[in-house]
Amino acid sequence: MSVSAPEIPAKTTSRFKWDLKTIGPLAALALLVLLGITLNENFLTYNNITNVLARSSFIGIIAIGATFVITAGGLDLSVGSMAAVIAGVMIMVMNWLIPVFGIGWGVILAGMAAGVLLGGVAGVGNGIMITRGRIEAFIVTLGTMGIFRSLVTFLADGGTLSLNFQVADVYRPVYYNGFLGVPYPILVFALVAIAGEVVMRRTAFGRHCAAIGSNEQVARYSSINVDNVRLITYILQGVLVAVAVLLYVPRLGSASSTTGVLWELEAIAAVIIGGTTLKGGYGRVWGTVAGVIILGLIGNILNLQSFISPYLNGAFQGVIIILAVLLQRPKRAS
Amino acid sequence: MKLAKTLMASVVIAAGLGGVALAQDDKVTIGVSVPAATHGWTGGVNYFAQQAITRLSETYPNVEFVFASSPDSPKQIADIEDMVSTRGIDALVILPGDPDAMTSAIKQVKDAGKFVTVVDRQLSIDGVENLYVAGDNPGLGANAAEYIKSALPDGGNVVILRGLPIPIDQQRFDGFMGSIEGSNIMVLENQFANWNRDDGFRVMQDFLTRFPEIDAVWTQDDDISLGAIEAIKQAGREDEMFVVGGAGMQQIIQAVANGDPLTPVDVSYSPAMIATAIELTTSHFTGGIQVAGRYILDSTLITKDNAEQFLDADSPF
Repeated sequence: MSVSAPEIPAKTTSRFKWDLKTIGPLAALALLVLLGITLNENFLTYNNITNVLARSSFIGIIAIGATFVITAGGLDLSVGSMAAVIAGVMIMVMNWLIPVFGIGWGVILAGMAAGVLLGGVAGVGNGIMITRGRIEAFIVTLGTMGIFRSLVTFLADGGTLSLNFQVADVYRPVYYNGFLGVPYPILVFALVAIAGEVVMRRTAFGRHCAAIGSNEQVARYSSINVDNVRLITYILQGVLVAVAVLLYVPRLGSASSTTGVLWELEAIAAVIIGGTTLKGGYGRVWGTVAGVIILGLIGNILNLQSFISPYLNGAFQGVIIILAVLLQRPKRAS
Repeated sequence: MKLAKTLMASVVIAAGLGGVALAQDDKVTIGVSVPAATHGWTGGVNYFAQQAITRLSETYPNVEFVFASSPDSPKQIADIEDMVSTRGIDALVILPGDPDAMTSAIKQVKDAGKFVTVVDRQLSIDGVENLYVAGDNPGLGANAAEYIKSALPDGGNVVILRGLPIPIDQQRFDGFMGSIEGSNIMVLENQFANWNRDDGFRVMQDFLTRFPEIDAVWTQDDDISLGAIEAIKQAGREDEMFVVGGAGMQQIIQAVANGDPLTPVDVSYSPAMIATAIELTTSHFTGGIQVAGRYILDSTLITKDNAEQFLDADSPF
């Protein structure tokens, strides 16, 4: 017995509205780019575009994981704190292992492995409590959010964990350099996005996520292993948080209790702006990518202009987010 | 029933003994309440507070300290209420996370007859605290501005990375702008970077995109500086400008001492002010010393010449 992927939920009355809904995030993105061009001549320069995309890539990679979690009807609030803990532990592991491996890629690869492992374990923890423990995802991840955040404060002794300067010098190019002029964080973000889109659209796992989020009971009767699919979405989320951290650590070489604050909300906002439904059942990875870039551009544009007082930054962000979602709301049958 | 009676009896006896002990030994309890370590500077506050408590507990066995570190204002209010009602404190040393939200709660402690010391952040009404210990926020801005004026005698362009929109930030900003006024220094733009490295990096990247000529960056905080410095290095423009931070983070002071041209100076605003406040409050009870009043620590300009005296290998900040 098989389950077909649920179509886009809105039964629209005209071809035009369907299009607007689909291209909503792209339309919002285009408007922002136009606004940026009119505000500052440097907006479209290679440096500015790569700056914005590279620093959006952390949230981007995390948000692609969140797209799967939310599509399957779940939620993960712990990703920001999880990123901070993974960054902290990676830095500590690398500093510890310097006497063993010496300064070089050995230490960094060991740190990376530890980070990915920790991300996976954290995902398993969240997933097991939600699927086997039958606790609401909101509560479980709210709890782990607090636990991870305190843990990084504790590990850093209230201060900042800094990577050994010589190791940081070796690791630095992972954020700042690139391949054929494209910085590595953007490349990794692009690869993860393409893989995510393929998995969501072309694999049984992607369709199972949508089916579970759409109607859990029906999915269960259709012999989908609901618990396992959900568990995998949380593990995937944990691993992707770790991948984002692998790119984050070389940037400043430090982690503190302020690392990753509110990343969970940015990731969730990007997912929703991209057209994924918050209650699950329908996910769109490319939309999430557009959502992430929209959020990145808003911050960038605010810094490139002087019309809006810095006191009103939050209001401007709020308006753009609501507008982006408004553009693609389902139309009521008239 | 019997159990209940026994319990009640022991409570009465314990209370009686406690009262006697208090009267005989002159036991003093001092509550210390600080915000949780959410960034480098508050991390330093927690460290120096605990260090001062350990040291003073050894020196004065009859002084007991109750320490609380609170993540937000409601929790901090609850913590000081608990200190008054269940721990029977005689004095409160408090660094309020958000002074406006905490003012009435602190006034209640004062009204209950306790000695109140407020640290760093001014309450919204005057006359609540007995002792006020703080760094010089307008001075932090003014000293940075004076240095920038002297380093750029022919004028130049400055960008400002601010902290969070709370009164301290405004005082620093006003101090800076007041001192810059009338000079040939041009302030291109100011934006909030939330006392955070990542935000410092992000805002500085965009300033570098926007302004082709920047001579100096005032970040008023060393966490922001560290982010901004990475952005400047990424753009390869480190020879063009210098960064003036604030607060005196060890990493930056070390760079100042080494003569790093990117960070020629720093301005002190030490989290150790909490230790000063605890010391003063304790000496009021142990030595009967008059300490009431306002105690403002200088925001000193740290240069290559005096950097040595601000270095402290044990400080986590």
